[in-house]
Amino acid sequence: MTAPATQPPRPSASAQRLIGTLGGFGVLAGLLIVSVFAATQPRIRANKAAALAAAINEVLAAPEHYDTLYVTADSLSHTLPAGGNAETAEAVYLGWREGRPAGFAIVANGPGFQDNIRLIFGFDAASSQLLGMKVLESKETPGLGDKIYKDAEFVAQFTRVRAPLVGVKEGQGEGLPTELVMITGATISSRALIKAINTTLERVGPLLAAYVPQESQP
Amino acid sequence: MGDLIWILVSAAVVNNFTLALFLGLCPFLGVSGKVETAVRMGAANIFVMVLTALAVWVLNTFLLVSAPYLRIIAFIIVIASLVQIVEMAIKKLSPALFQALGIYLPLITTNCAILGLAIFSTNRGYGLLEGLFFAVGGGLGLTLALVLMASIRENLELADVPDFAKNMGLVLILAGALSLAFMGFAGMFSAA
Amino acid sequence: MSPRKPTPPSQELIKGVWRENPVLVQLLGLCPALAVTNSVANSLAMSAAVLFVLVGSSLLVSTIKRIVPSDVRISTYILIIATFVTIADMILEASVPAVHKELGAFVALIVVNCIILGRQEAFASRNSVGRSLLDAVGMSIGFTLTMVLMGTVREVLGNGTFLGISVMGPHYEPWVIMILPPGGFLTLGTILLVFSWIKRRGEERAKPATAAAGPAVGKAA
Repeated sequence: MTAPATQPPRPSASAQRLIGTLGGFGVLAGLLIVSVFAATQPRIRANKAAALAAAINEVLAAPEHYDTLYVTADSLSHTLPAGGNAETAEAVYLGWREGRPAGFAIVANGPGFQDNIRLIFGFDAASSQLLGMKVLESKETPGLGDKIYKDAEFVAQFTRVRAPLVGVKEGQGEGLPTELVMITGATISSRALIKAINTTLERVGPLLAAYVPQESQP
Repeated sequence: MGDLIWILVSAAVVNNFTLALFLGLCPFLGVSGKVETAVRMGAANIFVMVLTALAVWVLNTFLLVSAPYLRIIAFIIVIASLVQIVEMAIKKLSPALFQALGIYLPLITTNCAILGLAIFSTNRGYGLLEGLFFAVGGGLGLTLALVLMASIRENLELADVPDFAKNMGLVLILAGALSLAFMGFAGMFSAA
Repeated sequence: MSPRKPTPPSQELIKGVWRENPVLVQLLGLCPALAVTNSVANSLAMSAAVLFVLVGSSLLVSTIKRIVPSDVRISTYILIIATFVTIADMILEASVPAVHKELGAFVALIVVNCIILGRQEAFASRNSVGRSLLDAVGMSIGFTLTMVLMGTVREVLGNGTFLGISVMGPHYEPWVIMILPPGGFLTLGTILLVFSWIKRRGEERAKPATAAAGPAVGKAA
């Protein structure tokens, strides 16, 4: 790779030697990284898949399996749209139980009190009913905003309400099926979830409704 | 458009780059003695951050799609070269600007804010426009933090501080107070 | 590069822990020290990553120091460091995904952690492999101790727990601010002030006895 050196670094070396050294270490670094990547990638993929499956399990009440459907401009598709990247393309997940669709799991995100909140929710397109909700990522204030995923009673509401959601303060609801009682002291965080879910449904809702489920085995 | 504004304001104040994400601490603690230098350092940072956002978008869109594992190496090499090239270009084209920004440019290479910007915007999957707004917001946030800290430190010179406290410890406590104040911006966007 | 007096190898190990502690004395690596010390577990994971990168880079740099022309030495060091950081990042993501998610971008940011590049330039590039290893391990221990100290203070006060185990009793009202960003600044600031106060007192006591003040503190180049 590089000429064997006899002396400690001198102030200037030939251009070839500089390029040779950098290039040599570049190649070495590349080889090392690629081999570690090859060794760790299966585990990383498996971890990610397991995390996604666990989240879908939670919001769709444990379906037997699920299909990944990519969201395109006007429909849901089983195959990745041309030029799409499987890791970054937007997708919804259709769960199956006993040969029948058990609802869609949809990832949504939007600005929360502190930073973006990312969540996944279960949704039945025919009845517009939510089936469950799980916060995937948030930096809401510990002790206040983090109740959006720590307050079991609040989270449980997402298995009953219908879209589009309307947030109401405690004791002020009219008992409508779309009402969601917000957490006192975490109204902004609660509203952020509602807004994220509503905006996502406005966009993909028609696609979900138009989609005709075809049974496919995992 | 609302999303872009949120990205900008979030990086500038709600999740201030320096006071909430701890990026760009080196200049924040090192070059915040005087308001004048703080402003210049901030300007140099905004400039490099916008260029970095462009470079990161190019890398992510065209090169790293097939080799995401080379991300860290590619970013650091590109940032280092970018800073070097910018320095040479400014020296040639605008000696006045070089006078103003000159010594701050090399310092930027090893500044967490630049690499942090690259990595955060990649992790969040920002496109070109989003990346640029994020860069401007982050740069403004860093500048704001620098200038605020410098103004406090200028006044601190006149304060009667015990000898043992005349060091970084006190500056960090002040930074804590600033960071606390910035928490007040939380909730700006989701309240609507 | 003044000629070094031969120091006992044990010194190379110990100096990083106290006399030249990277965070508390040299004020390097503040970014991770503030950002990920909101729990002891995160502090430990970050320290492990830094240990891996620092030891790996120091070993490699001290081995190849003679074949790298000085014009490209910094670029080579950065290339080596970035390689180890990438590897650490992938190993963390594969083995402990939850911790990797918590640390987020800050693993990648080890590349620009001044401790690492500083040790290569100031030590590993001019010392034997053995000494560089001791130096790297010592610096990592110093970094780890500081990180764990901060993580402990912040987690115990801010969450009432230590490594997730409740230590403050059921009636403790956590100081939530300690695990939020301001808590990082306040904790490190307080620690630095207390250390400087202790040092000052030590110097004042030593003054009448011996004319020499405490050991001079060297800042890395």
